[in-house]
Order: sequence, then C-alpha cells, then structure tokens
Amino acid sequence: MSSDRIVGIDLGTTNSLVAFMQGDTPVVIPGDDGLNLVPSVVALDEHDQIVVGNSARKYLIETPERSVYSIKRLMGRGLEDIQEELRLFPFQLADDLEPGEVLRIKLGRKTFTPPEISAFILRQLKRNAERFFNAPVTKAVITVPAYFNDAQRQATKDAGRISGLEVLRLVNEPTAASLAYGLDKKKNGIVAVYDLGGGTFDVSILRLHDGIFEVISTNGDTHLGGDDIDNILIHIALDDIRGDMGMDVSRNGEAVARIRKAVIETKIALSTQATAHLDVELPEGKRYQREITRTQFEQLIQPIIDRTAGPCKQALKDAGLKPEQIDEVVLVGGSTRIPRVRALVEEMFKHAPHTGLNPDEVVALGAAVQANILAGGSEATADMLLLDVTPLSLGIEVAGGVTDKIILRNSTIPASATQHYTTQVDGQVNVAIHVLQGERELAKDCRSLARFDLKGVPPMTAGMPRIEVKFLIDANGILHVSAREQRSGKEAEIQVQPSYGLTDDQVESMILDSFDYAEEDFRQRQVIEARNEADTILAALEKGRQSPAWGQLTSAEKKQIAKLETALLQVRGEDDYAAVRKAIDTLNQATMRLAELMMDNAVSTALTGKTMDEADMGDGPTAPHPVAKAEFK
Amino acid sequence: MCLMTDQSSAGMIVFDNSGPTNACWSCGDMRAAHFCTSCGKVQPPAPVDHFTFFGLPRKLDLDVARLERDFYDLSRKLHPDLYGTANSREQEWSLEQTSKLNDAYRTLKDPIARTQYLLRLEGVELEEQSKAATEKARSTGEIKRQVVPPDLLEDVFELNMQLEELRMQKKMGEDDPALTEEIGEQKLSLEAKQDALLRELTGYWKDWDNAAESDEASRIKVRDKMVDLLNRRNYIRNLVRDVNEVLED
Repeated sequence: MSSDRIVGIDLGTTNSLVAFMQGDTPVVIPGDDGLNLVPSVVALDEHDQIVVGNSARKYLIETPERSVYSIKRLMGRGLEDIQEELRLFPFQLADDLEPGEVLRIKLGRKTFTPPEISAFILRQLKRNAERFFNAPVTKAVITVPAYFNDAQRQATKDAGRISGLEVLRLVNEPTAASLAYGLDKKKNGIVAVYDLGGGTFDVSILRLHDGIFEVISTNGDTHLGGDDIDNILIHIALDDIRGDMGMDVSRNGEAVARIRKAVIETKIALSTQATAHLDVELPEGKRYQREITRTQFEQLIQPIIDRTAGPCKQALKDAGLKPEQIDEVVLVGGSTRIPRVRALVEEMFKHAPHTGLNPDEVVALGAAVQANILAGGSEATADMLLLDVTPLSLGIEVAGGVTDKIILRNSTIPASATQHYTTQVDGQVNVAIHVLQGERELAKDCRSLARFDLKGVPPMTAGMPRIEVKFLIDANGILHVSAREQRSGKEAEIQVQPSYGLTDDQVESMILDSFDYAEEDFRQRQVIEARNEADTILAALEKGRQSPAWGQLTSAEKKQIAKLETALLQVRGEDDYAAVRKAIDTLNQATMRLAELMMDNAVSTALTGKTMDEADMGDGPTAPHPVAKAEFK
Repeated sequence: MCLMTDQSSAGMIVFDNSGPTNACWSCGDMRAAHFCTSCGKVQPPAPVDHFTFFGLPRKLDLDVARLERDFYDLSRKLHPDLYGTANSREQEWSLEQTSKLNDAYRTLKDPIARTQYLLRLEGVELEEQSKAATEKARSTGEIKRQVVPPDLLEDVFELNMQLEELRMQKKMGEDDPALTEEIGEQKLSLEAKQDALLRELTGYWKDWDNAAESDEASRIKVRDKMVDLLNRRNYIRNLVRDVNEVLED
C-alpha cells in the first residue's frame, strides 16, 4: 500500500474514531483495547503523562481536576461565549487567562488550549491507525459539525497540525454520513440527515444524483446534544441530594463525576427499558438511589429535543422543500437512539427514519470514503463527488454597524465574493475590514471572524484608491482573504487579527511542544516498561530463592545476586531508564545459572513422573530468559 | 476574450482565440476554457464574466436544464476533491475555478440574480434596496435611493402602521389575533405580487435578448422596464421580510 495512506477521523464531542477504506468498504480501526470508540477524554495520570480514551475515563472520577471531556464545546470559542458551558461543565480555565486570549484549560498544574487537547485525542487515533497499518500515518480527513463556524473549523485544523496530521479536508459530519449511507446504493433522491451527537446538532438536506452528493441546505446548533440531556439529569440529582439528604455535593468534582456516569447509564438504559434505576455512591458512605421511568425522562428532555425542530424547519425552508418531498431520513449520533428523538424526527419529516446505520460510526466511515476520494478514488468511489455548502452567511461590517452579507448561507463551496473599498481621508494608507459570520442584520449580533487591516495603500486623495478585496471560502468552509489596490496594481498587505483562534506562530510553537510530549511519551513508556520488567525479574528471583536450585549456587554467586538485587531496587523508583535497564541486565546476567539450574531440576522432576504443575515451575525467571520459556511451550 | 461555444458537446467550453492561453500548460495541446481536452488538467482561471465561464452568450432566456448539466459536468472535472494529490499550483487553480463555477451557477440559475447581474454588466446601477443600505444611509445622512412604487404607496403606508402597532403590542406582551391575521393576509397578497412581477420580468427577457442586436433606443426601453420591475420586486421582497420579522418575533 502507498505510504501516504489517508485516514478519516470523526473527532466527536463524546467519542472519536478513525476509519479507512479497505477495498470497497470503509472500516473503523479499533484501539489497542479492541474498541472502535475512543472516548474524547483527556487526563493527566499520576506521572503527569497524558492519557486518552478509555484509559482516561477512570480519571474523570478519581482526579476530575486533572481530566477533561467534551472539549469540542470550547473549540474556536472565546471566554465571553462559553459562560453557559462554564456553568454546566467542570471546565477549569487557567487562572492567568487574559481577556481576548485563546482559552486555556487546566489539567493539574499544566494548561492546554482546546486545539492542543483535541490534538491529544487525534494523536491517539493516529497511533491506533499506525499500529493497525504498521506504518506511519500523516494525512487525514477530519469531520466537523456542519454548523461549525470559521473559527471552530480553523481550531479543528490547528488541532490536526499540532497532532502531526496534515488535514487534507474538513468534511461536515452529516455530509460524511450521507457518503457512507449512499456508498453502496447509488440511488437518486432527497435525503435528510439528522445528526444529534454529544454536543452538537446538525441537519442537512442533500440531493443524491448519479454519484453527486449535493447539499442543498444545512442548519443546526453547535451547542445542543446528549451533554445537555446529561446536565438536566445531573441537576435533578443534585437537587434531590440537596433536598432529601441535606447534602450539597455540587462542588465535589468526584461526586458530580460519579453522578454524571450514572445518569449517562440511566439515559442509555431508558432507550430500551421502560424504567431505569439510578444508583450513585456519595461521600460519607451515603447513596443516592432513584427510579426514573421513560415517561418522566421524556418529559424532562422534551425541551432539549424540541430545540432541534427549528433548524429542521429552516433547513426545509431554505431547500424549498416540503417534508413529503424527503425520500429518506438518516439518523446520526448516539442521541438518535432515544425513542423520543426518533418520534420527533418522524413528526418533522413525516417519515420513519432509516436506522440501518450505526449512528456512532457512520460519520467516521464517511470520512474514510472522502479520504479515499481525495487520494484519487477507487472503484467503489469512482463517480462520487461531494458538493457541500457554507452553513452561515459571510458579511462585512458597513457604516452604522450593519452587516452587509456578501456570501449567503447554503452557497455551494468553494464560493467567493469581491468587494471594493476606498479611503475616507486624503492620504489614508490603511483600511480596516471587519469580517462577520451569521444571519443577523447588525454586526454586533453576528460572529466576529476577523479584523483585517489593509496596509500600504498608496497615498491618494480620499475616495481615489480602489481596493479590491476577494473573500474566498474554500472546500473546508474556511475563509481566505486577498486584496489588491487596482489603480496601482499593488497587492495590499493583509494583517489578520483572528477574533478567536491561534496565530500561525502559536500553532508552530505548539507543534514543537507536541514533539516534546511525543518524546516525553516515549521516554516515560520506556521507564514504565523497564520498571515492570524489573518487577518481573525481582519476583522471579524471589521464587528462585525458594527453589532447591538456590542451594546449588556458590555463596559468592548468592552474594553477587543480592548485591545486584539491592542495586535494582534502588534505581527502580527513579525516572532514569538507562540506569534501570542496566541494573536489570546485570541482575539478569548474574541469575542466568540459577535459571539454568531451576530448569534442569524441573526437567528431571518431570522425568521422574511428576507433572510440570506439581514441580511448581511457577512463572520462573522466564521473562528475562526467552530461550527457557520457549522450551516449555 | 473571444469565445466559441460548441452546442453539441455539453460542458465542452472552448476558447477559440489563438492567444498564449490557448495551449495547455501541461501537455501543450489545444485546451478547453477550464481544463485541457487532451490531458484533462485544470487550467489557470481566466478573468471572465459568469456567462462566458459557461460559454453562454449574454442572454437572459437561457436553457436552465443545460446550465445545470454543464454545472455538474464541470464540477466533476474541476472540483478540489479531484486534485487531492495534485501539486499546489493545480490545487490553487482548481479551487479558484470551482469557486468561479459555483458563483456563476448560483447567479445564472436564479432568474432575479441573473437579470440583475446582466444589467450590472451593462453598466446599470440598481438601486440599493437592502436593509444595509437603509442603515448606511441613516447613519451617514445620505439620501437613500429608494423610491416607493407610487401604486403601492397607500398599501405600504397602511401596512407599516399595522406593523408598528403589532410591534408595540408584542412589546407589551399583548396579542391581537385579528391584526396578526390581517397582516398575514397582506403578506400573502404581497407574495402574490412578487410572483406576478417575476412573471412580468421574465416576459421581457426575450425582448431584451432580441433587442441586444437591434437599435439603442429599444434596448434602453426594455432595460428601463426591467430595472423598474426589479426595483418594485425588491421593494416588496423587503416588505415581506419586515413582515416576517415582526410575525416571527
């Protein structure tokens, strides 16, 4: 296979996955735990090492102050737009955070930006893929919610770069799902994708015809998902505990994490059962227990799932379609397993939704299909082409603080617009442009994307310069701006002040930092492995001492072994890999004869009719002596 | 730039001039406008208008079905997804060509956008009817070039009064179903007017397309008629938008 294999990655709020195209079929690559889903959880362990995924989950409860989940909610966002998140999630912001700075999250004593934390997850997926292929993986397609704005997309791309992946394309999640859905069908028709994930909601309406997957409209809410359902249940539990038991555990990170784990299990159970039992261990040996019926649950979550109705209606309206004109509704995201959600989808689109796809995996599988297309395609993807749209209108602030929209939402991307600017004052050499994203009329109600300073405009009488600025939204949904003064033909220098997000320099330095982490990762792993090996040989030695073979050693030999054993015990606790390694090797060498004697004894015991088990070889000093081990297979 | 359209082969838009842009940068053969007919490589974009991009004459009464077919055909040749492994220069060209393709298609397939675009190409400056222009005018003290169509004057005055009343009521938390219904009906009648104006506008397309070859006077006559219809329609469209805002608030 070629060395530049491109993988598809679903970087989700709750779970992340990596997939690739195996022949004609996209498949998910499992982690070393054999599981397809890598929980999007990042923690610092007791050695200050980054742990990701299933192995990080226990830290959510054990050391909540050193772990983080749902980081996707913070991607590309500023302090002022996450007040809601801070109220509902245990995000711990860095103490020294300056206003306007990119957010930093505390994990223990370290702080990381959301793209860096996402990069830890991506690096784990990259490692999983590399182990699977036994070859380096450097290129990826990463999915994002269709309704992600420019800053959120940019942050995702930054995360990719920091993790050492070249992000060839950002694909919208519902669109990716449609690729997986339509891969083997090659049928024509109108498809709606309803994607309710852990933290985001998207709805996209597509027209499938002759292999072209054309998005007609998209809508959504980047802060709506299963997390919100969990938070409602958590708050009810906290209120109950306060009311019935007189305990306030809302500030107790461990207790809240336990409650969260329990309500998620309850939520999942209620998708298949009529009632579920909530049972949480609390501090001081107390217990919170409660029955929840599906009816109660549905009443509680109704306001949340109702919030998906507006975007669905808007998407239909923008597409100029009636629900009856939709041929199929595809469900994506774990939250679509909730029966009440399915009922709402059926009401909205007047169709029983298509449930043949695994809602957790379909986005990653679609990303793998898109990766295959980008890599040059294969027989399975030969005629496939994705035409996606920009979810939000792009505008420019004009006089009076008003947004002048220049690229409307649901325009097929790449899309561009050209604007002309001039100067207001004689000799003016700078022109400031404020770029906005959103649907509202006033600039203050739209999302500020960036402020551009056109510099080096040739000094002329006011109104004379004619500066042509070109705005281009690329196939990733990311904005590019270029400018030219038309009278002088001079390319204007553009200084970008991203309203939220990392500068190129910051990303570069994070990439360098990440190399440190990668090295640190490797070094730490070596130390840990050597330490485990030391424990094995020390245990084996202890066994050897109990065996008859020990008596056959000379006293000098015994003395030497004891000396080396002490030496190993001394360096074992230190972080010095070389020292531990050396101590293991010398002790190993010195116990070689002991191992041989034990082996001989075992063999002769076996010959005299005893079984191996009775001879009690135990584990023996086997690990450091592979030859001996092989004999007993 | 001169241009020849081959009607028989859809999507094959070929430049017929013999300038330096005629040869494919990659294989040197004769090339189509956007990609090479020999080796299929994307070509650097040329600064052409939307009609030229599709190899179409500047006519309003165009074959939308063919436009759509050409759009998909060209997408299959130019889209950045097909250049995932190409060099950065080809990727850049593919991106620019596809954005031009999308912009051109979006403009030409919509009857209003197409007419406005063509009139702008002909040097007509349409009145700025947008809300942004209204606000801009308000803040800068400039006089906004927006004329209420005289035959609508009375209705508009009445409607604005009602809208203001409904806004006030909503602010006070009151509900007046009768007024809401009346405004809703007005909205429907405005929308019907909008449709009628579009039909009237498309009725002039053929006149315009034919007048393009005839005398200046008849051209100006058709042009002014279309400008007037567009302005009236845009005015009504904005009214409908205002109504929707109040109703959905």
